[in-house]
Amino acid sequence: MSALRRLVALIRIPRGRLALAVLMGSGTVGAGIGLMGASAFLIASAALHPSIAELQVAIVGVRFFGISRGLFRYVERLISHDLTFRILARLRVWFYAGLEPLAPARLTLARSGDLLSRAISDVETLQTLFVRALGPPLVALAVTVGAGAFLLRYGASVAAVFVASMLVGGIVVPLLLRRFSRGFGTEGRLAAALLHAASVDLVQGIEDLLASGRQEEAVARLSGAARRMAAIERRASRVRALDEALTGLVAQLAVLALLITAIPLVHGGRFDGVSLTVLSLVALAAFEAIQPLPAAAEQLEDQQEAAHRLFEIVDRPPAVADPAEPIPVPGPRPGVPVLLARNLRFAYPPEDGAAARAVPAPVLDGISLEIPPGARLALVGPSGAGKSTLIALLLRFWEGWEGDLELFGHDIRRYRAEALRRFLGVVPQTTHLFAGTLRENLLLSRPDATEAEIWDALRAARLDRTVRELPSGLDSWIGERGASLSGGQRQRLAIARAILRDPALLVLDEPTANLDPGTEDELLASLETLVTGRTTLMVTHRLVRMESFDEIAVMETGRIVERGCHLQLLEAGGLYRRLWELQHGAVLP
Amino acid sequence: MYLDRRLVEVARTERAPLIVSMTASVAAAAATVGGAACLAAIVAQVFLGGHGLDEVRAPLILLGVAALSRAVFTWLANVAAGGAAISVKADLRRRLALRLTTAGPLVLGRERTGELSAAMAEGIEAVDAYIRDYLPQIGRTAAIPALVAVFIALRDPISGLVLLLTAPVIPVFMVLIGRAAESMGRRRWGALSRMSARFLDAVQGLTTLKIFGRSREQAAAIARLTERFRATTMEVLRVAFLSSLVLEMVATISTAVIAVEVGLRLLYGRMAFEPAFLILLLAPEFYLPFRRLGANFHAGMEGVAAADRLFGLLRMPVAVATSGDRSRELEPVPHVRFEGVSYTYAPAAGGEEQATPALSGITLDLPPGQQLALVGPSGAGKSTIARLLLRFADPTGGRITAGAIDLREVPPDAWRARLAWVPQRPHLFAATVADNIRLTRRDAPMEAVRRAARAAHAAEFIEGLPLGYGTPIGEGGLGLSGGQAQRLALARAFLKDAPILVLDEVTSQLDPELEARLMRATTRLMEGRTVLIIAHRLATVRRADRIAVLREGRVVEHGTHRELLDLGGEYARLLAAGEAAP
Repeated sequence: MSALRRLVALIRIPRGRLALAVLMGSGTVGAGIGLMGASAFLIASAALHPSIAELQVAIVGVRFFGISRGLFRYVERLISHDLTFRILARLRVWFYAGLEPLAPARLTLARSGDLLSRAISDVETLQTLFVRALGPPLVALAVTVGAGAFLLRYGASVAAVFVASMLVGGIVVPLLLRRFSRGFGTEGRLAAALLHAASVDLVQGIEDLLASGRQEEAVARLSGAARRMAAIERRASRVRALDEALTGLVAQLAVLALLITAIPLVHGGRFDGVSLTVLSLVALAAFEAIQPLPAAAEQLEDQQEAAHRLFEIVDRPPAVADPAEPIPVPGPRPGVPVLLARNLRFAYPPEDGAAARAVPAPVLDGISLEIPPGARLALVGPSGAGKSTLIALLLRFWEGWEGDLELFGHDIRRYRAEALRRFLGVVPQTTHLFAGTLRENLLLSRPDATEAEIWDALRAARLDRTVRELPSGLDSWIGERGASLSGGQRQRLAIARAILRDPALLVLDEPTANLDPGTEDELLASLETLVTGRTTLMVTHRLVRMESFDEIAVMETGRIVERGCHLQLLEAGGLYRRLWELQHGAVLP
Repeated sequence: MYLDRRLVEVARTERAPLIVSMTASVAAAAATVGGAACLAAIVAQVFLGGHGLDEVRAPLILLGVAALSRAVFTWLANVAAGGAAISVKADLRRRLALRLTTAGPLVLGRERTGELSAAMAEGIEAVDAYIRDYLPQIGRTAAIPALVAVFIALRDPISGLVLLLTAPVIPVFMVLIGRAAESMGRRRWGALSRMSARFLDAVQGLTTLKIFGRSREQAAAIARLTERFRATTMEVLRVAFLSSLVLEMVATISTAVIAVEVGLRLLYGRMAFEPAFLILLLAPEFYLPFRRLGANFHAGMEGVAAADRLFGLLRMPVAVATSGDRSRELEPVPHVRFEGVSYTYAPAAGGEEQATPALSGITLDLPPGQQLALVGPSGAGKSTIARLLLRFADPTGGRITAGAIDLREVPPDAWRARLAWVPQRPHLFAATVADNIRLTRRDAPMEAVRRAARAAHAAEFIEGLPLGYGTPIGEGGLGLSGGQAQRLALARAFLKDAPILVLDEVTSQLDPELEARLMRATTRLMEGRTVLIIAHRLATVRRADRIAVLREGRVVEHGTHRELLDLGGEYARLLAAGEAAP
């Protein structure tokens, strides 16, 4: 129960609304009880042929409950939906706030994509926390207490039989059913995973399957997985179908038990036949409250698991902490290198579970480099050499290096991470573009940019003509993840976005990694003019248009093995030359 | 009322359990009526007859029996309906899977694979709820209230009349609720999913937001957005819930009316207590099926929406038609020719766009042992040619021949057995690395798998995997990089050792050393085989015996590297555009 309880405490469900929703839910059931009770009283009293005046109260009661039940239900539905949305808002904010300090270091573990999308659906599962899981038991409790108190007037034994039946129907039956079906949950999840894998393999692997003549086998595998799933579902369904049957049975047997308890009391003159009529219908109506409980128990378990998974994510310690006493970022100063690395060593900490392995291999193994104001440095080398890691350290995504890493003359750990990033313009390998307009995506990097500044940045990224030709210009909708833009346009937008901040250091991390060769070349051609006069650090494994860099540092397995300008390195005939030759030759679209 | 013809058709295959379910539901309702009669009798006898416990033993036992049988019948009804739904689902899955393989990738390509997977997962679950809950509830709503009404009317025609009078009100409001639910479905749930998408967007773009120092303020934006959604949605709900309020009220007020009306007649001695009490007990049972149906409206709506998608997929055309089987006449290494081949993609379902031919009048010659490279801008039709050669579809015009045989006269599997296919992005199946390589030769011994992996330069990385060749990859397993997947595809082709090779060269950028390794493996694979290669690298085209340059579905130039270069046309231009400045 702990994860869910912790979550409930953290997201602070508004108690007043919660109480009101429970009250209205109890009111709905209560009105049903009242309707049946008052009707029973009316009919039973009428059978004794009193004067009509004596029935007036009962008639009013019947009318009142008949009308109020619908109203209670209406208000209850409104309040609980409202509550659901409020819970959703709080859940999202809570989860996002927990996630924010972790990005990206703590979220780049294996299969993080799966992890995040599952977390999102966990959040959606938990939004019905009240309506499906917490509300029904609270209502059932209130009804048990209320109806039990009412039945006390017919004697403790009557009330006791009633309360005991409610407990059996509301607690024992749901728990028993959960116990029976628990095995199916694990089995079912396994079968569902196999079925999912089989259908992914069939849908996404159809070409490979057909080409190898294995399609029938894949269909058979999927059908087999579907049959296995069906067999488990069939068994689970037999247990689940007991829900409705058993709660109904408990209600009817409870009435039977009440009759057996109450009839001798009537016979003994403890109370009259009218009361017998009333109490049997009151009890019957009260059992409406326990009908949703088996489903609620199941929901509660699902939500417990969902909460547990979310905590597993947000409970991770952040990779980086801000200093206790940060210093202001001074910005670029003449004579002080913008970026300085001295004998920098770094290894990624082992992932959980992989801890048993030996000491992780260093990704950076004694890197030294310097970018003076206005200089352009390219960091090249085969993938896996550690180039992007250097950028990740600079952005304060990771910690725990040895040696020095300085920006504007101070250790970057002395700045607040957010303050430091303000001086950087970063174009990452894959840019996330947000569903929104071009303008919104651009302003992300600098909310107060003027129209003229935006156009300057677009011009620098050579995107201005494209934007001008769009019917809605800057206000064009770019779709989810910028789907309506081409790969080249997306990357240009990312560049414009980085330029717009007029950064003290422009950082390009393989900006063409995901582009086809034609687009790559076009983009690199524009980068050439872009970096002129701008302090730049570019990481790449594509050795194209390298003449525009003042210095090129060649990295291999965490070390800088060569440095110099393009022509020097070509002449030197080392790794750079080899990489360049390997890449030599045209690449067709 | 969301009675979808196609879903009912599907449900018909499970007629027996659905009839069982229906019968059991009616039996459960009868047991309820019987139980109520017992209860009424017991209370009447104790109340007015002054009977003690011993004298009402018989109806008490009957009440217990009624309760038990109701429980059993309810259980049976649910199990049977659930069973029908489960069978329908398994059958739909099998049919969909079969359809996917016969429709083939060229038709399939138009449906996004994500949508397909979603249709197969969520769509089928929606059908489950439809068959399990919605359809039986419609049957119950048709039968049970009538049963209860007749039972009541036989005892007391006036109360029967009250039920009968209120009954028509209910369907009217049900339709209203349905409409409201539908408009909610269209607008609000649409807004809800947009809002969820925004949240997902922020979570996925967290690193980007962080780089720009905008990540913290997003929490407030998310709260604002959700809050705005809540406020507008609540306004809609206030109205939307009104119709269900009325439905609920019709049910309770009718019960109240019956209680008062019966009570008054009882007062004036025009009615006995026992039938009056029984009617009161049964009135809610009359309305219960309607209320349940109202609660199941959503399942009905979603079932129909899912049916639209699923049955659309099941109607996909069959990709290849084979007449006869001349595969025995095929030469071991046949001479392949494209003779005036055209191909037009079938327009997407519901799409307005005019279908333009992807290929028109393609004539190509692929003699045994020769290498033909296809070059041209993306969208020129290169991969369509490769896919037609693989018989993922038949040409819509012209023909492809192997020796003297039209490919249409050879069953696709027999033809594909002579081909090895190396796609750009091979699919990694949820299986071990070894079994993934064995895709092309199921029973290949481990030694052959290793040999193929070594030839493809894949052995290096495979041996570094946690469990080597036994490492599970694909869905639910270890992820591989693009370069690693590529080499696995090459290993598959080495293992198959087919005389004809169809190869789609990678366009994405690998680092030079990896690329060189891939290049060496590819060259080895091509040795001594007939090769059709979609080329992206200069070295590849240089080595090819012939080059076909494509543009907008036509072959615009054809010849050797030298010839085409001298021609100074399209090929020369392509090369100039792609050439990296030395």
